Amino acid sequence: MSEVLVQTEEQITERIHGFLARSFAGRTLSEEDDIFALGFGNSLFAMQLVSFLEQEFHFQIESDDLEMDNFRTLRAMVQLVKKKIGA
Amino acid sequence: MRWPEDYNEFHRQWIDFTEKHIVPYAQQVDHEERIPAEVIQALRQQGAFASGFPADKGGPAGDPEDLAIRHGLMHEALGAGSASIQGLVNVHHMGGIIIARWGSAAQKDYWVPRLTSGECLAGLAITEPNVGSDAAAVELQAMAVQGGYTLEGTKTWITCGQSADVFLVLARMENGPAIFIVPSNTEGLTRIPIHGMLGCRGYMLATLRFERCFLPAEALVGRSPFGLTHFAATGLDQGRLNLAWACVGMARTCLEACLHYAQTRHQFNAALAEFQLVQRMICRMTTDIEAARLLCWRASSTRGRNSPAAVKASTIAKYFASQAINRIAADAVQIHGAVGCSAQSPMQRILRDAKIMEVIEGSTQVLETAIARYTYNEAAV
Ligand SMILES: Cc1cc2nc3c(=O)[nH]c(=O)nc-3n(C[C@H](O)[C@H](O)[C@H](O)COP(=O)(O)OP(=O)(O)OC[C@H]3O[C@@H](n4cnc5c(N)ncnc54)[C@H](O)[C@@H]3O)c2cc1C
Repeated sequence: MSEVLVQTEEQITERIHGFLARSFAGRTLSEEDDIFALGFGNSLFAMQLVSFLEQEFHFQIESDDLEMDNFRTLRAMVQLVKKKIGA
Repeated sequence: MRWPEDYNEFHRQWIDFTEKHIVPYAQQVDHEERIPAEVIQALRQQGAFASGFPADKGGPAGDPEDLAIRHGLMHEALGAGSASIQGLVNVHHMGGIIIARWGSAAQKDYWVPRLTSGECLAGLAITEPNVGSDAAAVELQAMAVQGGYTLEGTKTWITCGQSADVFLVLARMENGPAIFIVPSNTEGLTRIPIHGMLGCRGYMLATLRFERCFLPAEALVGRSPFGLTHFAATGLDQGRLNLAWACVGMARTCLEACLHYAQTRHQFNAALAEFQLVQRMICRMTTDIEAARLLCWRASSTRGRNSPAAVKASTIAKYFASQAINRIAADAVQIHGAVGCSAQSPMQRILRDAKIMEVIEGSTQVLETAIARYTYNEAAV
């Protein structure tokens, strides 16, 4: 569990970006890159992403949150996190 | 990371349970290809069907990491007794956890207490005649109709297909895969038993035929296209780790039997245990078991902490443990000679069961591809 309480949009972006970079072979993703179009929509990655977001930002992703548009880009994920943690 | 010694007492309780309620039935289950009601009742009373489920719906309460490790040790003990009986508990958990994790409030409220109490047993139906490892190619159709959906198609090789009360069924909708909760008494669902498998003969496999099978709208879990990537994947991911632990248990049974036999059987005026070539087999078993147990331990620990590393750790644990049990069971039959080949020998049963472990919940080759992909990704950082 992360010790620091993440609040700002930059911090959230940085953390998700770091996770995506680790998962995507060090590739630099822009905030608008479509990760599904890049071929990262497989179930092994999807499960890791869910665990990462939940563990890092201390909230639970419910099935209502599962919409392609919430996970398509880095920016979309940041918005989802902000909504869920009320940042 | 917590170490096994802290859990000796808990593990001992499950080993005692297994010795009393499972081992006496293991050969019978294999021969008759069904699990007797009294075994299921004993599992129910012992809380096997509640393990791995959330505490507010009847699962055990406590620290999540601790619970994940206990859950693994339970599967280890069950696997040591009978891979078939472990399979029943495993698929119940794999199917049920999809509802517990992703179901609507109403779905959770209705199903999870029934599942944790063992009143209803679950199964997970993904595979089809044309759809195996490539589950994303699911063909069984779900069509939206007035008031719900109709399912049309066939699932096959479904563990507890003959016996489960409810199935979590992967189907194809217009925009991709979806998961439905299908009670086994739903009109339009027919179960056709499958017999004579190589191993895990007590899995009570069936083919499930869905013909204009109507389901109310509330039967859909979440929404498509997340049926495979998130919902079924949650069950498969848990099942992989349960199975890895079961392989460790099967291996422990082999090693214990071999130690006993090698010390009591004499040839050339010496106990088999004295021969260095037998010692080599014992050494390999011991090493494989230690390694598999540690991989399982690490995977359960990461899973309990909801770490993103858990998926990869479970994949590696299942990949290693399922191959290890094949090496170990083959050597166990070898050490037992003709006795190991006989119909009465648990060793030959475990050898047959072991092969199944390399096919289900991600075949060895499919897991190799997945693990290599993880490694490529991480190595490039
Ligand atoms: C005892 C038993 C119980 C089962 N229980 C269930 C259940 O409860 N629910 C359920 O849905 N299914 C169940 N199954 C089905 C099981 O999940 C499938 O058998 C498994 O997914 C593999 O699919 P397949 O058998 O069609 O093999 P295929 O996918 O056709 O594969 C055949 C061979 O090709 C290899 N292969 C496939 N793809 C690749 C690749 N990309 N690269 C390299 N090699 C590849 C495989 O490793 C395998 O060796 C069960 C099967 C058995 C035997």
